[in-house]
Amino acid sequence: MSRVKVARKSTAIDMTAMCDVAFLLLTFFILSAKPKTQEPIPADPPASTATFVIPDTDFSTLTVGQGKVSFNVQGDDVRRETLMKIGQDNGITFTPAEIQAFATTESFGIPIGNLKQYLSLPGDQRSKFAQTGIPVDTTQANSELAQWVHAARVVNGSLHGVDLKIAIKGDGKEEYPTIHKVIVTLQKQKVNKFSLITSLKTVTK
Amino acid sequence: MAELDTSGGGKKGGKVRSKKASTRVDLTAMVDLAFLLITFFILTTTLQKPKAMDLAMPDKDDNTKQQLPVKESSTMTILLGSNNKLMWFVGIPGKTPPTQDNYGKNGIRKSLIEQAQKIKAATGEDMMVIVKPSDKSVYDNMVTVMDELNITGNTKRAIVDITKPELDLLIREKLY
Repeated sequence: MSRVKVARKSTAIDMTAMCDVAFLLLTFFILSAKPKTQEPIPADPPASTATFVIPDTDFSTLTVGQGKVSFNVQGDDVRRETLMKIGQDNGITFTPAEIQAFATTESFGIPIGNLKQYLSLPGDQRSKFAQTGIPVDTTQANSELAQWVHAARVVNGSLHGVDLKIAIKGDGKEEYPTIHKVIVTLQKQKVNKFSLITSLKTVTK
Repeated sequence: MAELDTSGGGKKGGKVRSKKASTRVDLTAMVDLAFLLITFFILTTTLQKPKAMDLAMPDKDDNTKQQLPVKESSTMTILLGSNNKLMWFVGIPGKTPPTQDNYGKNGIRKSLIEQAQKIKAATGEDMMVIVKPSDKSVYDNMVTVMDELNITGNTKRAIVDITKPELDLLIREKLY
């Protein structure tokens, strides 16, 4: 009996196609990934069943956490003009470098008085700067938060011609009085409609 | 595993031929690396964007003339207290005994649905819900109540500052 010889095949497989697919997917994920913006004040929003997706432009977020408030408005151009307006109103002149630094800062929680000092710091030291939050004093006629919101609304209206949408991103554990102060500040400017940023949950029946 | 063509060059004499190297490169390591990076990016990206809930507050302006009176019999007031507890009553404080409740589907949601049906049957009107967060409640409580109102399909609602008699109710029930 002659033994049947099994033909030996090479174990090497052509990896070219697999490599192509892998890199295609990799490119997709790199391009679709949005770099995580550094929040000066950490806030973990509570969950709700609301499904309205927040827009990318003409949008402002007030983050509330640990009794502090930070402010953010979308768009470099809006941020630049807002800072110039705040500077004018408070008699502070910002250098072009400081304005540029502000335009690239997503969110901040610093009183106007300390802003110049913060913006003149080099980039890597800025993250170590203690963010004490924007002062919110509802007894004052024009608190700093009110000034920021007002300036951003005016600037956004003149630049884009669209009303600025304002949202509150509060930490779930934040005590109500802090949130209440922010809401009162907004209502003083006749902003009676705004959004609350929440994370998604499904309805339990 | 990279393969190199080592054939040829067996002949003696004649022209000296340069060895022909194969163009095939082993891609296994590269694919490994690519998938490793894919895994990393999948895990780090947040595909779910945060969602937003719209909230309309009643106008605080003192000189507003347009004020619609609301029947007390069709009004349900929810007081948000400390320790994730709440209290609700229909009508004005003191007249009707308040009910202590918790958040969730068997707590406030059930009460909301029941009261809405009762009020609809008794007065023929939609229920008006007034949410009054106390200073000891947290932001999460407020969002949860507004969300329950969305789930139960209530459209008439408002967030209003808490008053002294209502605060006394909460203190009495040790929720403040």
